[in-house]
Amino acid sequence: MTQLADQLLVVVLLLNFVVLATSRLSVSIRAVALQGILLGFLPSIIHTFSWHLAAISCGMIIVKGLLIPFLLTRALQRLLVQREPEPFLGYLATLLAGAVCMAVSFVFADRLPLAAGHQGLLFVPAAIATLLIGLLVLVTRRKAVSQVIGYLVLENGIFIFGQLLTEAMPMMVEAGVLLDLLVGIFVMGIVIGHIKTEFSSVDTSRLTALRDT
Amino acid sequence: MVPMLIIMPLVGAGVAWLVPDNRWRPWLLPVTGLIHIFLTIDLVSYPPQASLGGWIRLDSLGSLVLLAISPLFLACAFYSVGYLAYRQERSNRTLCMGLLVCLGAMSLTAVARHLGLLWLALETTTLVMAPLIYFNRNARSLEATWKYMLICSVGIALALLGILFMAYSTMVAGQEATLLIDPLVAAARHLSPAWLHASFVFILVGFGTKIGLAPLHTWKPDAYGESPGLVGAMLSGGLVICAFLGLIRVYQVCLAAGDTSFYRDALIVMGLISTAFAAIFLVRQNDFKRMLAYSSVEHVGIVVIGLGLGRGALFATLLHLLLNGFAKGILFLAAGNIHRSYNSKRCDMVHGVLRRLPWSGGLFLAGFFAVTASPPFAMFISEFGIVSGAFADGHTVVPVLLLLCLAVAFMGMAANVLPMAFGERLRDSERTPYRDSLLTVGPPLMLAALLLVFGLWLPAPLVRIIRDAGMILEGMS
Repeated sequence: MTQLADQLLVVVLLLNFVVLATSRLSVSIRAVALQGILLGFLPSIIHTFSWHLAAISCGMIIVKGLLIPFLLTRALQRLLVQREPEPFLGYLATLLAGAVCMAVSFVFADRLPLAAGHQGLLFVPAAIATLLIGLLVLVTRRKAVSQVIGYLVLENGIFIFGQLLTEAMPMMVEAGVLLDLLVGIFVMGIVIGHIKTEFSSVDTSRLTALRDT
Repeated sequence: MVPMLIIMPLVGAGVAWLVPDNRWRPWLLPVTGLIHIFLTIDLVSYPPQASLGGWIRLDSLGSLVLLAISPLFLACAFYSVGYLAYRQERSNRTLCMGLLVCLGAMSLTAVARHLGLLWLALETTTLVMAPLIYFNRNARSLEATWKYMLICSVGIALALLGILFMAYSTMVAGQEATLLIDPLVAAARHLSPAWLHASFVFILVGFGTKIGLAPLHTWKPDAYGESPGLVGAMLSGGLVICAFLGLIRVYQVCLAAGDTSFYRDALIVMGLISTAFAAIFLVRQNDFKRMLAYSSVEHVGIVVIGLGLGRGALFATLLHLLLNGFAKGILFLAAGNIHRSYNSKRCDMVHGVLRRLPWSGGLFLAGFFAVTASPPFAMFISEFGIVSGAFADGHTVVPVLLLLCLAVAFMGMAANVLPMAFGERLRDSERTPYRDSLLTVGPPLMLAALLLVFGLWLPAPLVRIIRDAGMILEGMS
């Protein structure tokens, strides 16, 4: 079963690059939603069945695969933005930077000792690579929606690592994490709406009134 | 009893949602604050047994945090009644609910013994504060809210990864994976050092963002500058101390693991960068609320240095953590009054505050002297204790650099605050309906009195709690 988990993680890593490469925001949203759904299956694949794990899987798929993409798509329709026209760093450059992030995370993961039973698995490098690529999207994109997508990718990276220790993370904490994420995205969505009405754009590079003179 | 501390503010928030009247709703805050402070005093005096399978227990560190947030919240609560009377043009439902939920989440932080639960409470405080920063509903406060949400969310997500790393370090060591603090401390010596180091770095960056350590502080001047004074007071006095508690809990495990120089050096370097950065930005700051934000960066830097130094400086550091919240409460509430009266927060527009608002101006001046550690205010004792403790333990470079930064920060703040307080009144300054009243001046006055009393006489139970908290952190030393 661990082989299947590794293949799933490879797809997740490829989806990171879809997010990095596309300028269409709706594609990014779908890529992150797909990533969330795939990751939702992960706990059931690597551990033996239990109601606890089934609940995590369902929660993950509902929140990250359905609810959050729904919120973001609705925000997009209201905002009438479809594309990320000019990121701070061009698409080719961010793709290259993403590849570098991936390499760095494999080197970093190689230096950390793993628990018995986790040797040779992709979890640690995949988690760190996804986290770094999320950060990369967050800092190189101008549109508020893209920044939220970056944050989601980052959260997915943390979720991948969390799979190594489902035993230490009892249900309540995991459910809480998901709920917090949902509320966080919801608040961000509301703020995006206000940015649109206040600045008639969701370009966060216009948010420059506050600085030290 | 302990769960009441968390449930009671949440019930208060529910009631605030139901109350339809904008004028009466803010009174819920002082009522809840009073019940909370009585509960706090009772629980701190007679600490109860652990509950919920060891997930919730009140220890000395938690008591210290409760003693810091409860009086501050009460002060902000009474102040809010006076302040919101001037802001009847918009609904204060969100503000009241947000403050109450935040109080519940902060209390949960103080009593949580499970790192996951602690993280959850901290994340909740971050989220509920976002709409409060946007209270003024203009472009500037919106920009501040967006920066705050994004930067703090990323920070707190990185802290979550750090906490997961810590749990994994127990698995690598072949132990049962856990995130409860007591078993972690007990097993600390066997934990995998590589994972523990990685965990500490992520947590320092993550919680450091929320604490506002330079260079991760960029949201702080914006959020503190654009939110109402009482929200600034809660952010800089309440949320900061809770985030510190998160850092201290993890640091406790790291110290118990032995070979502490890595952790200590990391904290000292971060602290020195913060104090130096803040001192520089305090010098030419033309916005007095942003100035307070940099003062906050300076003081969290001092506390982090003190935590890194430990040993002789530890008692004073924990005392400083408590006092800093009160001092920030005075400054932000008084600054809120001045802002209301002048309708400006630029230092060059605000002059002669002592003539126009003798009470608020006097409190702002007193707050300035308190926060720059002038005697007889209590922060003199704590800062002096940190520096003298450092010298006594044989450090020289760190305390000398710290003193240098403190001197620069003092001069920078004085250059702004003194002309504001004493200068001639500008002829063309705007007239506003704001006048000092008991409800807007009394709460910061109480905090100032508290700082003055602690400067002259520290109550024995408080000394005992801080000593116990120090023992928790550094073991038997």
